[in-house]
Amino acid sequence: MSSATTARSTEVTVELHVNGRVYPARLDSTTTLLDALRDDLHLTGTKKGCDQGACGACTVLRDGKRIVSCLTLAAQCDGSEITTIEGLAEDGVPHPVQDAFVKHDAMQCGYCTAGQVMSAVSLLGEDEDRRATDDDIREFMSGNLCRCAAYPNIVAAIREVAGE
Amino acid sequence: MSDIEYVRPTDTSSAVTLVAEDPDAAFLAGGTTELDLALKDRVIRPSRFVDIGRLPLRGVTREGDRLRVAALTTMEELAADPTVRSRLPFVREALLLGASTQLRNMATIGGNLLQRTRCRYFRDPAVHACNKREPGSGCAAIEGVARMHAILGAGPSCIALHASDLCVPLVAMDAEVELLDADGTRRVPLTEFYRTPGDRPDVENVLRHGELVTHVVVPLLPAGTRSGYIKVRDRQSYEFATTSAAAAVQVEDGTITAARIGLGGVGTVPWRAWEAERVLVGAPANERTYRAAAEAAIRDPFTVPGTAFKVELAKRTIVRILRTVTA
Repeated sequence: MSSATTARSTEVTVELHVNGRVYPARLDSTTTLLDALRDDLHLTGTKKGCDQGACGACTVLRDGKRIVSCLTLAAQCDGSEITTIEGLAEDGVPHPVQDAFVKHDAMQCGYCTAGQVMSAVSLLGEDEDRRATDDDIREFMSGNLCRCAAYPNIVAAIREVAGE
Repeated sequence: MSDIEYVRPTDTSSAVTLVAEDPDAAFLAGGTTELDLALKDRVIRPSRFVDIGRLPLRGVTREGDRLRVAALTTMEELAADPTVRSRLPFVREALLLGASTQLRNMATIGGNLLQRTRCRYFRDPAVHACNKREPGSGCAAIEGVARMHAILGAGPSCIALHASDLCVPLVAMDAEVELLDADGTRRVPLTEFYRTPGDRPDVENVLRHGELVTHVVVPLLPAGTRSGYIKVRDRQSYEFATTSAAAAVQVEDGTITAARIGLGGVGTVPWRAWEAERVLVGAPANERTYRAAAEAAIRDPFTVPGTAFKVELAKRTIVRILRTVTA
């Protein structure tokens, strides 16, 4: 994009880098990253919950840091490295956080799970004092809601991986 | 289809021009509030987003006894800064008690300062009466559910709250905002940056259209000063303040020699409690003094039935933060 543009550009050309793959796309200027992932790239593992930044279901990593994709324009992510739930497994082997969620039954309906897992993966790379106690884990996972209230098992899953 | 134009200039002066030349254009930084209001609530209608997210306005620089924070530094980045940890600990506390980690990775410091002063009625396009959206249309919040609304700096035209946690210690510290437009730069104290609603609730600060916040300059606390931030809220995490208070206090031989107090959750603007500070300085560090300071801070509130409880809650929040930082 250039500041020299004179015609009104309500469409944007972007290059989305998702899970190591490059996806060129022509999108409406206000397409969110969430909608681009789901509707244009057909990566539907990332879920739309509130669509207003309150529930965390749409959490993905941008350049290694967790963000909510519903309040991010795809255009803002042009060239950024995006990681979604589809990008966690390596050669079909689930990420340790995914294994721990299964082992601890850290879900009921599963709708929030992709966002919970992405947030937990990010948390494991943040300051250690954010996962020192169960209360710390709860505090730094508070941006991910689970209406089935699987919270105790989510905390247990993260605690196990954090302790390894 | 959207009719909002998106541009991403690569230099700061182009960004300023692109907003200045179009009265309906808006800067887009982290987007956590701006995109919500424009695309989800649809209560603001920018013609153009000028994405400033990649301009070279990121990072924290120590300049003697001050910290110069570039406006696009994220909340998480500022909270992690070593000087903030050691010399402005209550700024770090306020940052980490705000929003969620996801939002703090997106939201910028400039954007935090400029988040709209807003309430649920402003955010609901089905509500017609909102003097902030349409001056003269009335205020639905006055007779509505007002628990999360302001009691200081408020009036019959508007009781919407400035919801920032970060701004509470920043106004207490006499932080300054550096602004840039085509005419050059200027620096405005944060305590003079915001405007209470009066009869123009749509005007929230002294920014001119097209003017860009480039930096926030924060004096460091003198050695030996104790500081803290307390946030009272309806759930334990990831919630706006019902009331909050930031305090930095020095005590020598049982007497308070310096005090800075900011209040959140109560003001239409981030609130500096000057009157409380005047009560504190020179007085003995005890409960009686703290209560007198709290009474002075909330002397002339504008309340509606939904916010009347906040008068006492805010006073108790002030007493508690003073007790905490002098313990």
